[in-house]
Amino acid sequence: MPTDAPLIIGNIEFKSRLIVGTGKYASFEETKKGVEASGADCVTVAVRRVNILDPKEENLLDYLDPKIYKILPNTAGCYTADEAIRTARLARAAGISDMVKLEVIGDQRTLFPDNEALLEATRVLVKEGFIVLPYTNDDPIMARKLVDAGAAVVMPLAAPIGSGLGIRNPYNLKIIMETISVPIIVDAGVGTASDAAVAMELGVDGILMNTAIAGAKNPIQMAEAMRYGVNAGRLAYLAGRIPRKLYAQASSPIEGMIE
Amino acid sequence: MQILVNGVEQDLPAGANVLMLLKQLDIAPERIAIEINLTVIDRAAYHDRIFCEGDKVEIISFIGGGEDAN
Repeated sequence: MPTDAPLIIGNIEFKSRLIVGTGKYASFEETKKGVEASGADCVTVAVRRVNILDPKEENLLDYLDPKIYKILPNTAGCYTADEAIRTARLARAAGISDMVKLEVIGDQRTLFPDNEALLEATRVLVKEGFIVLPYTNDDPIMARKLVDAGAAVVMPLAAPIGSGLGIRNPYNLKIIMETISVPIIVDAGVGTASDAAVAMELGVDGILMNTAIAGAKNPIQMAEAMRYGVNAGRLAYLAGRIPRKLYAQASSPIEGMIE
Repeated sequence: MQILVNGVEQDLPAGANVLMLLKQLDIAPERIAIEINLTVIDRAAYHDRIFCEGDKVEIISFIGGGEDAN
């Protein structure tokens, strides 16, 4: 069986094609178990103020060791390029990662990206040496502009963040794949394991998800399901599916039938 | 000397540097980052950066988060 080449972003090699978020879990213990069950070797984390009134409170990274997991800080909650740039700089100064999952949100209700600001922030951060992973919508033109600006990957949404609606526009994802040369990570929209498989079967390079796992009734079980979904989809993509046909095509030979 | 740390007033002795603030707050310097008046402070500069009255300081670390913020 031909082996799959690993996913490489910037100069970093990933063991898994699934990247998981660390929000919305009931506890750090559950987060850790969920991440383990997902098989992901990269987790995304948010940047927030230290609680100076209780500085000894438990920290997420006590549970997800940066020596084991690649830490992908994100700029979640940023609504302007300046805010996102500031957050990214702080994240890098923590000395754990040069990667940033760049989000510049345009609207609170849809959480769709503000592409103009996203592009501006990408340009600035790439110049400063960041490995930029921008969350964008499924617009092939925008994807091309982000790559031209130096983005290490393009991360189109499959559906709105947290919506669980699945892969709403597989054709746009296909066009993006044909348009750009950097890896494509579907970021947001996946609801269940079959959605993950569908995305991977299209040929995207990976999937980033949080809500679909953390919001499931049993997050740890869903994390495992997503691991299989991503792997199954990837294998099917590599294997090459049969073409769709309108009529049946018998799989048993006619020759040798009893008469 | 009064400075503002993560939105909370802090009293510091004159001439205090970043390391002294972290010690006063009982915060370990690993896995955090500091910004003073919108400028990120390099880890190597924690000793040399002396606070001034009214400095606005942000100390951040990483928390659980994924695709958005609520």
